[in-house]
Amino acid sequence: MKSSRRKFLKAAGLSAVGVAGSTAMATSARRTGDHEPPTTEGKRWAMVIDLRKFSKDDALIDKITDACHRVHNVPDFADDPKNEVKWIWTEDFETAFHSQEFHYIREDLKSKPTLLLCNHCDNPPCTRVCPTQATWKRASDGVVMMDWHRCIGCRYCMVACPYGSRSFNWKDPRKAPNLAETDSIYPTRMRGVVEKCTFCDERLARGQQPACVEVCDNDEMVFGDLNDPSSNVRRLLAEHMTIRRNPGLGTQPEVYYIVEDPRTLQEIAPAAEVFGEEGGHA
Amino acid sequence: MLEKAFSGSRTYWSWIFVLLVIIGGGVACWFWQFSEGLTITGLSRDVAWGFYIAQFTFLVGVAASAVMVVLPYYLHDYKAFGKMTILGEFLAIPAVIMCMLFIFVDMGMPNRILNVFLYPTLHSMMFWDTVALGGYLVLNIVISHFTLSSERREEPPPRWLRPIILLSIPWAVSIHTVTAFLYSGLGGRPFWLTAILAPRFLASAFAAGPAILILLAFFVRRISTFDPGKQAIDTLAKIVTYAMTINVFFVLMELFTALYSDIPEHVAHFQFLYMGLGGENNLAPWMWLSSLLAIVSLVVLINPRTRHNYGWLIFGCVAVIFSLWIDKGLGMVIAGFVPNPLGEVVHYWPTAPELMIGIAIYAIGCLILTGLYKIALEVRGQLKAN
Repeated sequence: MKSSRRKFLKAAGLSAVGVAGSTAMATSARRTGDHEPPTTEGKRWAMVIDLRKFSKDDALIDKITDACHRVHNVPDFADDPKNEVKWIWTEDFETAFHSQEFHYIREDLKSKPTLLLCNHCDNPPCTRVCPTQATWKRASDGVVMMDWHRCIGCRYCMVACPYGSRSFNWKDPRKAPNLAETDSIYPTRMRGVVEKCTFCDERLARGQQPACVEVCDNDEMVFGDLNDPSSNVRRLLAEHMTIRRNPGLGTQPEVYYIVEDPRTLQEIAPAAEVFGEEGGHA
Repeated sequence: MLEKAFSGSRTYWSWIFVLLVIIGGGVACWFWQFSEGLTITGLSRDVAWGFYIAQFTFLVGVAASAVMVVLPYYLHDYKAFGKMTILGEFLAIPAVIMCMLFIFVDMGMPNRILNVFLYPTLHSMMFWDTVALGGYLVLNIVISHFTLSSERREEPPPRWLRPIILLSIPWAVSIHTVTAFLYSGLGGRPFWLTAILAPRFLASAFAAGPAILILLAFFVRRISTFDPGKQAIDTLAKIVTYAMTINVFFVLMELFTALYSDIPEHVAHFQFLYMGLGGENNLAPWMWLSSLLAIVSLVVLINPRTRHNYGWLIFGCVAVIFSLWIDKGLGMVIAGFVPNPLGEVVHYWPTAPELMIGIAIYAIGCLILTGLYKIALEVRGQLKAN
């Protein structure tokens, strides 16, 4: 139902008013609380990041970001935040989830390094605003793609992204010191276009896992197909309490974070029984 | 008719020369930006749009405001605006061109601008804004060309022109509405996520645009025998007064909703704008100046005795224009980015080359406006021989 409506929306987007009106309809339907499964019909790639397995100054974090940035020729303008380009990076847990509040959690949890990347939203605002379809959600697997040869550099997608996941090449990335020599076959970009994580679409095409997931030895990051009920990501999502960044905006981010220790849940469960079925829900 | 812009007095040519020098400086800076990238601006990953897009937003309003003379004249047959309409249309044309230039200089890949039309994207508000602005430019060129050339031949304008003129009225409203939709449809930017953004844009446009038109009318009256008529000036002044009052009312409504609901992500932007946030307070003095000018302008304009006094009226109009320029040309766009979606306070201020490019675009607008007004006055044979 949802899927057909979205297709209809695309076909019927004849006027600005029409688009605005139908988007509003979609939003109100969501607000009634019906759970919304992914809307792609083939695969629906998603990622689960297990925050329990990361600690402060974790060498793994550098390994992950290096693996991504090296294989994708991401320019590194060291100590120059104004020209920064990043596909995957960390923020304190508190900053990453700033729309939620965690006043009294332990300091080390508050400042826990949290990996951030493009959420590959199921309802991405960035692709909606792009005037040239240089960024789009791939129908076959939900990956939010980028075409650097079509992008006009208007940066509307960066303005629309509620997660700060997109970077612009303010200066020529090929002049970055780390790209003076590169052995990666991945294309370098030119100045003036937007770039971001693409869930390693080039590796997915070869049947490989994303580069960041590949360097994880202990399932710190897990990648899989949400449409497959027996996939590793579905299993993790079934077994754990997970959170997503700013879910209230209806973007349906497809990067999930495991935050709790499963033991905590078991301790809480009997308490719910004390209050009975209804009390437990209240 | 165009040849009339290419002959003139010494003063005329000196003015043109000054503009050309400024434009030359801006063009040089733009070539620098084109070769180095937008890194020469103050923009960053966090503040992706700044001075350029803010000027674009302000000028869309100026362009749209021509409807404030066109509508009374053509829809209500308000004869007093007969001489003003051409000035309004000839203000709209350079305003739209400046809008387009500000978008152009903001693009990372200006050489790919045609992609907007090669891959028309109906769900992008930027596509609709491009269509709306382009259409509005064509409408105004066609309308002003045919009304003026008919006037030159002392004939009434062709009959087929009337439906086009009537179309330009809702079209003018649409350009600023769609421009507001660029901002107000983004869930991740609470500062702009307000249904009143488009109405507020229109109110501020219908104050600032006619205020500029009043100043231009006074200027034209000084250098020529052109007289827009007391009634036309008085009515325009009334329009400015009402529009400015409504604009201030809308701003207060915005403040009420954000501050009374006390939702942190809505409050934070206003806090940054007026008080400063996390040590970042570079807009606060500007915003207070804007508020002060708004109040002063309302006092001057609402009081009929000061409004009817042309000295005070000019002062009031300058206050309106400057107040709204700060509000839209600085505050509105930048505050949408601070704090960023991660709640971090980030810094932006335009750099010297960025300002130079911006000033040069205004100079291009002035140049076109000068040429067009010259043509209008020559055609009417009203230019003083000096």
